[in-house]
Amino acid sequence: MAQYIFYALSIVTILSALYVVFAKSPMYSVIAMIVCFFSIAGHYVLLNAQFLAIVHIIVYAGAIMVLFLFVVMLLNLNQEPDKSHGKLLRVAAAISGGMLFLVLLLSLNTSETGTFILPEKSDIGMVEHVGKKLFNEYVLPFEISSVLLLSAIIGSVVLAKKES
Amino acid sequence: MENALVSVPHNWYLLLSSLLFCIGVMGVLFRRNVIVILMCIELMLNSVNLLLVSFSAYAQNADGQVFVFFVMVVAAAEVAVGLALIVSIYRNVASTDIDSMKKLKW
Repeated sequence: MAQYIFYALSIVTILSALYVVFAKSPMYSVIAMIVCFFSIAGHYVLLNAQFLAIVHIIVYAGAIMVLFLFVVMLLNLNQEPDKSHGKLLRVAAAISGGMLFLVLLLSLNTSETGTFILPEKSDIGMVEHVGKKLFNEYVLPFEISSVLLLSAIIGSVVLAKKES
Repeated sequence: MENALVSVPHNWYLLLSSLLFCIGVMGVLFRRNVIVILMCIELMLNSVNLLLVSFSAYAQNADGQVFVFFVMVVAAAEVAVGLALIVSIYRNVASTDIDSMKKLKW
């Protein structure tokens, strides 16, 4: 049963990711990206990482994609269809992406993977467990990341402000 | 919590996330719109996140999930600054085409 859910989610993930790349208008790309993020959140739920699934939906689908949508609408990009590169460049892009996948596939094929087996029960991904880890071992990076967010806020305000 | 996924081997997650990463790379090379390129970078970050979560679930170690948390923080900061940059470039050249930003080109 879980296998079929995994297959369905994977198909949705890959198709929507491909649509992000090949959509004519950036608006459609944003919508497909939201679908892709929701299916990745589904993967997290399947992997028993419920806390991360919720955070992923809130941060990515809730905040980041709204930001993207906002900018696409602000810049009025959905009027003219996006021109793409010349034919040679497009073929080169497809070939290099495919070659990268081939290299990864071969390296996965020759390395020893798949030796992990999921245990029947686990509460690794619960808020309690992740929170304890975050506030005990990783408390310094956690505080530093707040400084990073603050500098990102200030930087984006400074960059986007109109010079008068 | 009961685990629902006992029957899916870990290799499938490796395959799925490497495929997602390659789609992201291809998108960065393929498109000319800066916003779509930024979205493809998000796609690559997400594929790595998925891989980290799957490793943490299969190895029963929460460190990977904490790391994903930090990747999300960095991605949010990156998107905010990147979109601000795009908006301010759009004010100057009135386009989001990557070919219109070649002032630094030799």
